Amino acid sequence: MSFSLTLEFTLQQGEFSVEIDERIEADAIALYGPSGAGKTTVLEAVAGLRQPERGRIAVGDRTLFGSESGIDVPARHRCIGYVRQEVALFPHMNVRQNVTYGAHGAPMEDLARVLAVLDLEPLVERQVEQLSGGEQKRTAIARALMAGSQMLLLDEPLSALDVALQRRVMQYLVRVHDEFKIPMLYVSHRADEVSMLTNWVVQLDNGRVVASGPSEDILARA
Amino acid sequence: MADDVWQVAVFTLTMAVVATLVMLPPGIVFAWLFARHRFRGCTALETLVMLPLVIPPVATGLILLRLFGRRGLFGRVAESVGLELIFTWKAVILAMAVMGLPLLVRAARTAFEQVDRRYEQMAASLGAGPLRIFFTVSLPLAGRGVLAGVLLAFSRAVGEFGATVMLAGNMPGSTRTIASGIYLYTEVGNDAAATSLMLVSIMIAFGSLWFSNRLAQPQL
Repeated sequence: MSFSLTLEFTLQQGEFSVEIDERIEADAIALYGPSGAGKTTVLEAVAGLRQPERGRIAVGDRTLFGSESGIDVPARHRCIGYVRQEVALFPHMNVRQNVTYGAHGAPMEDLARVLAVLDLEPLVERQVEQLSGGEQKRTAIARALMAGSQMLLLDEPLSALDVALQRRVMQYLVRVHDEFKIPMLYVSHRADEVSMLTNWVVQLDNGRVVASGPSEDILARA
Repeated sequence: MADDVWQVAVFTLTMAVVATLVMLPPGIVFAWLFARHRFRGCTALETLVMLPLVIPPVATGLILLRLFGRRGLFGRVAESVGLELIFTWKAVILAMAVMGLPLLVRAARTAFEQVDRRYEQMAASLGAGPLRIFFTVSLPLAGRGVLAGVLLAFSRAVGEFGATVMLAGNMPGSTRTIASGIYLYTEVGNDAAATSLMLVSIMIAFGSLWFSNRLAQPQL
């Protein structure tokens, strides 16, 4: 499975700017680069949480933002699941309420499948503050999956976890990738994560694309 | 406690509860607007809402009297639909609501400002519209602070005197509140009744403020 993604936009945040112009055929793409390279900013623009100054963002043949065409699909209509680095689970809701928040009447079978793949069934009635770091990450991934039928954005999902938990959560991510066949845009500054999950890498540095290509080629050079 | 003192206390509490319910919707809307949006005239509107906090309550009462009196802008409208307002229990509620509103708005605004925007952004990216985000994320997360503001505003309404006397008078059985009762009983030398009402007002105010302060404290 592959999908096309067009990111061609300019963001201005003080001295910070990003210009990416790529058309990629792959189903799991990494935005790879050091801290401050602009990876999260790009994800936020794709999610609709940050408006570019100009340019175009499209997933497949659907334009999400186009300054020339005057298109700016609101975040709530983009059908994109977003897992933030700090997960941002709703603290006043339990796991089930978090996971189904963006489900929009999705069938119960979908919920059951997501909960099963991420081993969340025993936790559904737990409050968020009762969850471990790994459980919170899995809940955030489940919530994004239930909401994002078009694409999944993952911003350093293994950050703030110890090594053992990182390994476990990565196994869940691989399982999600294999089971749901949903295109992923994965942000990381770590080559081992990127090589394990993605098949295409867009390397960013200082707000610009410095390389783009198959994961093994880019990571071998990095 | 004498019957009339008891009646004044119950009347005041009832009016204060209704006034708090009346000020709740506009109070929350104002608080949310001031916390989350900047628009033309925002500062002027916020200043106007907060004005009763700093001008003499009798001045607020006079302004309300001019606006809601028979020849006032809103008074004529009220009269045209057969609504008698001035020197009735409805005027008590109006005065209490106007005087309590700034405290509610101030506390609720702080509570909304403390809600991490990431939760609202996350709700938007999960497909929620502005109303759903407000009722399912912003308001529940600001809930403790909003409730603290509600209790503060309720306490203010219970203790309201100046604006209430100007707008509603001090008529036994229809507009006399705890504050105006204390004033009148002291004037006529009924110390027992004045002291009883004073103790009632202290108990209500202490309870409300204590609970409000508890809610405003960060959860451990």
